[in-house]
Amino acid sequence: MSETRTDGFVVFDRVQKSYDGETLVVKDLNLSMPKGEFLTMLGPSGSGKTTCLMMLAGFETATHGEILLDHKPINNIPPHKRGIGMVFQNYALFPHMTIAENLSFPLEVRGMGKSEREGKIRRALDMVQMGEFGNRRPAQLSGGQQQRVALARALVFEPELVLMDEPLGALDKQLREHMQFEITNLAHTLGITTVYVTHDQTEALTMSDRVAVFNDGRIQQLAPPEDLYERPENSFVAQFIGENNKLEGVVETINGDRCTVRLDDGTVIDAKPVNVTKAGERTRVSIRPERVESNPDRLASDAHLVDAEVLEFIYMGDTFRVRLRVAGNDDFIMKYRNAQDQGRYSPGQKIQIGWQAEDCRALDA
Amino acid sequence: MSSSDTKTDMLSTHDGEPLKKSLGRALRRQKMRALLLIAPLLAFIILGFLMPIGSMLTRSVDNEVVEEIMPRTVAALEDWDVDSTELPPEETFRALVADLQVAVENRTALTFARRMNYELAGFTTMVRRAQREVRRIDLETDGPFRDMMIESHEGWGELATWRALKAYSGDPTIGYYLSAVDRTMVSGHIEPLPDDRSIHLMLFWRTAWMSGLICFLGLLLGYPIAFLLANVKERYANLLLIMVLLPFWTSLLVRTSSWKVLLQEQGVINQMLVWIGLVADDNRLTMINNKFGVIVAMTQILLPFMILPLYSVMKTIPPSYVRAAKSLGANDWTAFWRVYFPQSVPGIGAGAILVFIMAVGYYITPELVGGPSGMFISNRIAHQWYVSGNWGLVGALGTILLVAVLVLYWVYDRVVGIDNVKLG
Repeated sequence: MSETRTDGFVVFDRVQKSYDGETLVVKDLNLSMPKGEFLTMLGPSGSGKTTCLMMLAGFETATHGEILLDHKPINNIPPHKRGIGMVFQNYALFPHMTIAENLSFPLEVRGMGKSEREGKIRRALDMVQMGEFGNRRPAQLSGGQQQRVALARALVFEPELVLMDEPLGALDKQLREHMQFEITNLAHTLGITTVYVTHDQTEALTMSDRVAVFNDGRIQQLAPPEDLYERPENSFVAQFIGENNKLEGVVETINGDRCTVRLDDGTVIDAKPVNVTKAGERTRVSIRPERVESNPDRLASDAHLVDAEVLEFIYMGDTFRVRLRVAGNDDFIMKYRNAQDQGRYSPGQKIQIGWQAEDCRALDA
Repeated sequence: MSSSDTKTDMLSTHDGEPLKKSLGRALRRQKMRALLLIAPLLAFIILGFLMPIGSMLTRSVDNEVVEEIMPRTVAALEDWDVDSTELPPEETFRALVADLQVAVENRTALTFARRMNYELAGFTTMVRRAQREVRRIDLETDGPFRDMMIESHEGWGELATWRALKAYSGDPTIGYYLSAVDRTMVSGHIEPLPDDRSIHLMLFWRTAWMSGLICFLGLLLGYPIAFLLANVKERYANLLLIMVLLPFWTSLLVRTSSWKVLLQEQGVINQMLVWIGLVADDNRLTMINNKFGVIVAMTQILLPFMILPLYSVMKTIPPSYVRAAKSLGANDWTAFWRVYFPQSVPGIGAGAILVFIMAVGYYITPELVGGPSGMFISNRIAHQWYVSGNWGLVGALGTILLVAVLVLYWVYDRVVGIDNVKLG
């Protein structure tokens, strides 16, 4: 474990951070990133993700533990010597300089000659399709354009590591989606290692190689997006990523990767044990709305069915959402595709629902 | 087709009333209310600011007094050439006598004399003597008047007297402006005043460079304080801000006087230096009644006016700019100088222009701690006003000061752009 820890390109080794000496903002952070990875730190505000980024950039010092960049400890290296590119939340483009001057800045402070600078600036601007805008000032550009320039500026001095602190937070939805694609594309083409901070889970899921879900100063789960969504390891991750139905009860039987859970109202359901080990344990089961099945024919014959009452039927165009009362829970959501063979429901209707056992994860209570 | 229709058609409301008219009526009430709110201020500005300035401008060129009191003389002098080496003809002296007789009757002779005395010393005495003489003269029977006047005072027989009288008889006159820039036209031609009477240009220059220096020192001292204010925690910032503002709650007179206590020869600083042994008791430093005292006291007094605009601008500079600069590889100094400093320039501009303009017009402090060598132009203006009573010159000096500040403001606007200046 210890070897793999210090093996990566970027390594956090038992890092702790406290601002006031009383509470820890970051508690025992361990993280190892291989070169070229696009890693996203995702979490609610105050979860410690931005602090981690700032420690990596050098604007905050770790109270304890070590941060390694390319096998070298960087705790005592000032930010300007770390050679890490950074994109800030509000772009932080220098308003008194033109776009070209902004890009020239990191090259000038590195003592690069004029002709060499110009070549690099042109290439960097072309890379983000902003070649025409070299003589404009940041205030003359739209949010999306500023975002691109900020990206070009962080990349122009060819850093091996780029940090992005909620870079798309100020853009509207459509532009954000477009930029997500552009950023990942660029990062992969250039082979840059990227640490990306966001509180937007869609962004995290669509962009990253791996996502570190932060809560309460710890990484709750570090996994590729698919695992994170399909196989959350604890109820925080299950709740935080995507939409989720939760039901509480006690494990009745465990048989390998199957178990049955008796909910608090007596209903018995099928589940897959994740954080439970023996019968009698309290658990919170989690199931995605799109994995809830209302047609018993599609389920295994021995599957447990659950009674449900339709409370609300919401037409959303491509999908239908049905709010159900299940085992005393009024917020149970079922979601299914709008297709010819799918029925519609009306409030008050009594139906039976079920699911594949592996879609229903029995997590920590 | 339809677009040309809408162009020619005036927009109107449903009742057919033009929309503009309707809108105007709707907004009138609002406008009236706004006007009512600012009415006291408006009245105050007109009465207390615009009217005095107008009066000052008028006085600086007004020379009615000569032509009004001596109309015949002024008319008679019209044909006389100032460069002529002969005295004006007998008719001019006759006109002088006639004018003076009326003036004596109206008790206005000395008003005229005082006006001329500003330009030509000794004129009052000449008029006084002439007054006595003209009382005895009968305009119809006596003569020749030239000899009689010269007998009363030999000044009337000198070319200089008549040249001055002719030169300063016009209304409006540029005479006051000439003397405000150390020039005279007593000889009928514009010439510099003799060195021992030239003081204004020197004072204007001194006021300018000392104000500039005070401004610069204020910036030097104020910039770090403002930076600190803008970058410490709110709690400490408020405390510091109170310390910056504390002097505002003390009278200017008290602050200036306290500098007197500190700087004078028997003052706190000298006593300390003598006590330490750095300065001999019989060789105490002269830090007051000279330029040094003025610069020290005014820098301290005007410092808040530098700090506050700087602070308000610096507070709006997000810390992410400096961080960005550092992440791009700039060390602390480069990040400050190339990224932070340029963004604080509007604050520097605002502070500098505020302090400079205030310093240029400062009066109390140079008066109390300046002595003759630390005197500003405003002290000279005050002197001209209450000692000499030369309102015309006061007006001219004041106008020049005002115009200089306006020109400075204009140049500043051209170079820095007044829109870039933030006061808060």
